Amino acid sequence: MSADAAPVSAATPDASAGKLSRRLAIALGPIIVSLALAGCVLLAVGVNPLAYYGFVVERGLLSPLGLQQTLTRMAPLLFIAAGLIVAFRAGMWNLGGDGQFLLGAVAAAASAPLLVQTLPGWLALLLAFLIATVVAMVWSLVPALLRAYQGINEIITTLMMSFLGVSLANVLVKLAFLDPSTTVPQTRTLAVSDRLPRLFETTITSGLIFGLVAIVVVHLVMTRTAFGLKLRTVGANPRAAIHAGLNVPVLTIAVFAISAGLIGMGGAIDIIGIQGNVRADWNPAYGLAVIPVVFLARMNGFAAIGFVFLLSVLSIGGESAARRLGVPQHFTLVLISIVLITLAVAEYMGHRLNQARKV
Amino acid sequence: MEQTQAGPAIVSLEGVTKRFPGIVANDRVDLDIRAGEVHVLLGENGAGKSTLISMLSGLQQPDDGRILIDGVEMPIRSPSHALSLGIGTVFQHNMLVPTLTVAENLALGGRWWQRPRIAELTARVAEIARPLGIDINLGARVSELSLGEQQQVEIVRALLRDSRLLILDEATSMLTPKGIAELGALMRRLVERGLAVVFITHKLGEAADFGDRVSVLKLGRKVGEITSERLRMLERAALVDEIVAMMFGRQAGADEISIPPRAANDDALLEVRELSMAETSDAPGLDRISFAIGHGEILGIAGIDGNGQKQLAEALAGQRPTDSGSVMLAGQALDGLDVGGRRKRGLRYLTDDRLGEGTVGTFPVSINYFLKQIGEPPLWRSGMERTREIDARAIELTRRYDVRTPGISTPVGRLSGGNIQKVLIARELADGARAVIFNKPTYGLDLANTLATRQRVRDIAGQGLAVLLISTDLEELLSMCHRIAVISQGRLVGIVSNGDRAGERVGRLMIGLAA
Amino acid sequence: MGGFFTDTFLTALLFGAVTAAIPLLLAGLGEQMSEKAGVLNIGIEGMMITGAYIGFVGAYYSGSFWIGFIAGAAGGMAVASLMALLCVRFGLNQIVIGIALTLGLEGLTSLLHHFQFSRSYPRLPAAEVTPIPLLSDIPVLGPALFRHHLIVYLAVAMVGVMIWVYKRTQFGLNLQAAGDKPAALDVAGIDVIRTRTVAVLFTGGMAGIGGAYLANVGAGLFIPFITNGAGFLGIVLAMLARGRPVWVLVGALIFGGCLSMTTAAQVAGIRIPTDVIQMLPFLAVMAMLVLFGRRAGLPAALGIPYERGAR
Repeated sequence: MSADAAPVSAATPDASAGKLSRRLAIALGPIIVSLALAGCVLLAVGVNPLAYYGFVVERGLLSPLGLQQTLTRMAPLLFIAAGLIVAFRAGMWNLGGDGQFLLGAVAAAASAPLLVQTLPGWLALLLAFLIATVVAMVWSLVPALLRAYQGINEIITTLMMSFLGVSLANVLVKLAFLDPSTTVPQTRTLAVSDRLPRLFETTITSGLIFGLVAIVVVHLVMTRTAFGLKLRTVGANPRAAIHAGLNVPVLTIAVFAISAGLIGMGGAIDIIGIQGNVRADWNPAYGLAVIPVVFLARMNGFAAIGFVFLLSVLSIGGESAARRLGVPQHFTLVLISIVLITLAVAEYMGHRLNQARKV
Repeated sequence: MEQTQAGPAIVSLEGVTKRFPGIVANDRVDLDIRAGEVHVLLGENGAGKSTLISMLSGLQQPDDGRILIDGVEMPIRSPSHALSLGIGTVFQHNMLVPTLTVAENLALGGRWWQRPRIAELTARVAEIARPLGIDINLGARVSELSLGEQQQVEIVRALLRDSRLLILDEATSMLTPKGIAELGALMRRLVERGLAVVFITHKLGEAADFGDRVSVLKLGRKVGEITSERLRMLERAALVDEIVAMMFGRQAGADEISIPPRAANDDALLEVRELSMAETSDAPGLDRISFAIGHGEILGIAGIDGNGQKQLAEALAGQRPTDSGSVMLAGQALDGLDVGGRRKRGLRYLTDDRLGEGTVGTFPVSINYFLKQIGEPPLWRSGMERTREIDARAIELTRRYDVRTPGISTPVGRLSGGNIQKVLIARELADGARAVIFNKPTYGLDLANTLATRQRVRDIAGQGLAVLLISTDLEELLSMCHRIAVISQGRLVGIVSNGDRAGERVGRLMIGLAA
Repeated sequence: MGGFFTDTFLTALLFGAVTAAIPLLLAGLGEQMSEKAGVLNIGIEGMMITGAYIGFVGAYYSGSFWIGFIAGAAGGMAVASLMALLCVRFGLNQIVIGIALTLGLEGLTSLLHHFQFSRSYPRLPAAEVTPIPLLSDIPVLGPALFRHHLIVYLAVAMVGVMIWVYKRTQFGLNLQAAGDKPAALDVAGIDVIRTRTVAVLFTGGMAGIGGAYLANVGAGLFIPFITNGAGFLGIVLAMLARGRPVWVLVGALIFGGCLSMTTAAQVAGIRIPTDVIQMLPFLAVMAMLVLFGRRAGLPAALGIPYERGAR
């Protein structure tokens, strides 16, 4: 293609068909490469990769019990992914997910067992859910204000608030909300019958539905509404946002509140739907694990559902494999990391190839 | 004055071509740069001057053609290679580290394990700078220096490295008329010592005043060269005529003066009273700015870049808070209104920073048309985007303003500068504009787009709108404004009616004399 | 008797503070160089855990702490070279790659540890101590501050070395230019990519030694996820220190002191959850930011990949 014509030439149908197949290759190629690379790691430690992958798929996806566990695991992760999408699309690095999640969880665990004693079950759960959301929102206020009005980098502040939040959650469990009736340091337990109902005849929590709704709503708000467009403008070019008259500090605070609120909801769902209580020193560290998922999905809500599902399959299957095959479940982290890096490199190569062609 | 004898070419370009996606920045350019000569590279913004410089300084490599050093073919691989070949460049955007001192900046580039040799440096700087009449404080932090001082530091740096060829890229855009004259004298002293100087500018007068040889670039091509012999023969006026002919073709359309007619009236559509703003560490303030613009009037703001023009524009648009003063549009006070409120009343601001703040490069053209109306009906209804409305309106604007784009969903960052400017014009003129602030509207555009944009500004005034035209190009202001105000250090130092000798009077105001 | 207890307690507290501070100091000093050069090195946690594991394996099989430190540095630098390739040379997003590396290496090290040592957690002998003559005889302070492994003194000495590098060498100027105005460094004839790569590798080496110290000297063994955010703390320290190595030392000692207090409190049987004490340094830092929150003095080009002649 001649350089002169490049900016005004329309894409021909031929080109777009080629584009699709190339896109597929770009999407699938790196995943296959990653599986192979991770397989090499397994081989190196003396595990048959095919057997491992087969087992993970079997336990995480194909067996009825495993699939139900996988879908249940998705519920909190979907909320976290939704929260991260809001923040990342608006160009804010909320790396404080773990603290926000745990504080939400502790707030729900502290309030739900008490509320169910006096209120109808659904109202109690709703209230606990809202309390958790508000707690996480308030927790994000400090980094939000510092970023909005002092221009202090949110990476450092959210990381610190995350360390603080995890510690504070533990303190709350051990001092304020300790269940006096057990010797194990943990909060009061929400009875199984009081938790969110399960779906149909399965063990899948209905929290999954809420998670799906949350992420779809977030996706639609970010892509289809004026508010979402404002946030994306701030994320893509903050100076253009100021020029266009957007109130960037207020939007910044809104982003942090929504992001943290959604992550706090994830913590609440995990408690009122699945765990029932918070044990001392419990920290599943979902926050950090979901960040790569959101990147892999390119901050697209629907793609994120797929990748969260994948992450859940891997983690449920991986936990199973840890017990049966003796491969620690942390192998999942290795796999995710390899996928993320391979995809980034593939994207880079594609970009370079494109440039080379244009010139 | 004794004429310095030009030596042989130290650097020659032969058929040098450089392409970027979408444009040919340099098209088969031939150039000889000789010792003992100030070689002026003249051309408008976008003529390909900067690209040529980036190839000479090793930042970019030509796609075709060759570069000869002392007659031997020698690709310039990197900036450090260029330096070792004796090519020193003072870039248009200064290349000093603001957080380091002058001495530390001069020491940059030494071997990494060494101690910066400040003492030795001090001696050498004194030796180089004194004969040239430059006085620099080595201990000062660069961020504390004025732009002119920073430029002197860069020139000294180039000389410290024993440059045989000194390239000055748009060196006068940040200088006062006095500073420009000093720079001219400095260049003269340098060539007398046997250096070659390449002086890049888009101003005709400077080319005529400082050049021993002038090459004219236009849309990436070299369209003419005036040799030193010929230059010596010609009168200044004849010389300028000849250069104009080369730059703009025989008809010299670019400088055509056409001031939109307007019925004389005293009604002030846009009125600014005593607008003030404190100076900050990185921006000048505003000092009791007052003016009024009537229906159909174009008021120009002339001045050296960085004297408060941007602050004035942003204050009017509501983008930057002011300390005191008021802005009235058609008799209504706009004070206290934010960007959106002022826009709704009809006050529009077309920024000079098209990609930096004017648009979101990754967003489609369609959304960029409406970036200042997000959430407003009918394009949004109760906060929901109405894609069909947006697309229909975007297609209409694209057609009406002749925006050349593959489609309305193309990311705006992929368009050329001229087309991005059309997107901005379409945005600012839409739906009830009454007064429009243009900040350097033709900056970086090619000739055709420059002319089209100027005509667009005239048309707007012709429709009865008030226009505030900020420009650093005096010719541009003289070609279309009814009146021209001069801004200096955040203060309006005078307003001149366009007409006989207006240019001269504005020039006097700019250098601090009475008009 | 009571007095004796207090002295021992104080000594143990201070000794623990130094021990806990050293990994943070090394990580913070390392990260500081990356940040100065304009690279936000979020992968430092991964470099640290790699240093901890490789360092432990090296020391365990060789029986030498020094080989452990060298192995740790090599491990950290190996990870850093990947980071440098992806983020400095290719210009990929530093946060994405940093997090990916951290997660991946946390996983990989626990995987390798599992297969190497199955479920046992072998311990190293106590590290040999180099008492500093005279100073180590001071009551209370002597045994606390001047009876450490030689690497501790070297780590503290690195503060001086870093000050010298930043203030007195050409390389220090290059680093600052790479972070504040990379284009200026480039046209001065210095390769920005190379300068930043060196900085990232240095970070990896320092983080690796810090990790090795954490495992070998601090804990005496490797357990998965042993660094537990120490690398992130290094990032925090480096950002708060605003380019001054001394402040990294001060910050590391404050954080180390708090960590040591949690252990001491447990030993002393104080019934406050250790988490409360762990929160103190973060609370202090956040309070400082809220009260004096000026724009953090970070390099202008921090986190932005450099591409020559980008327009």
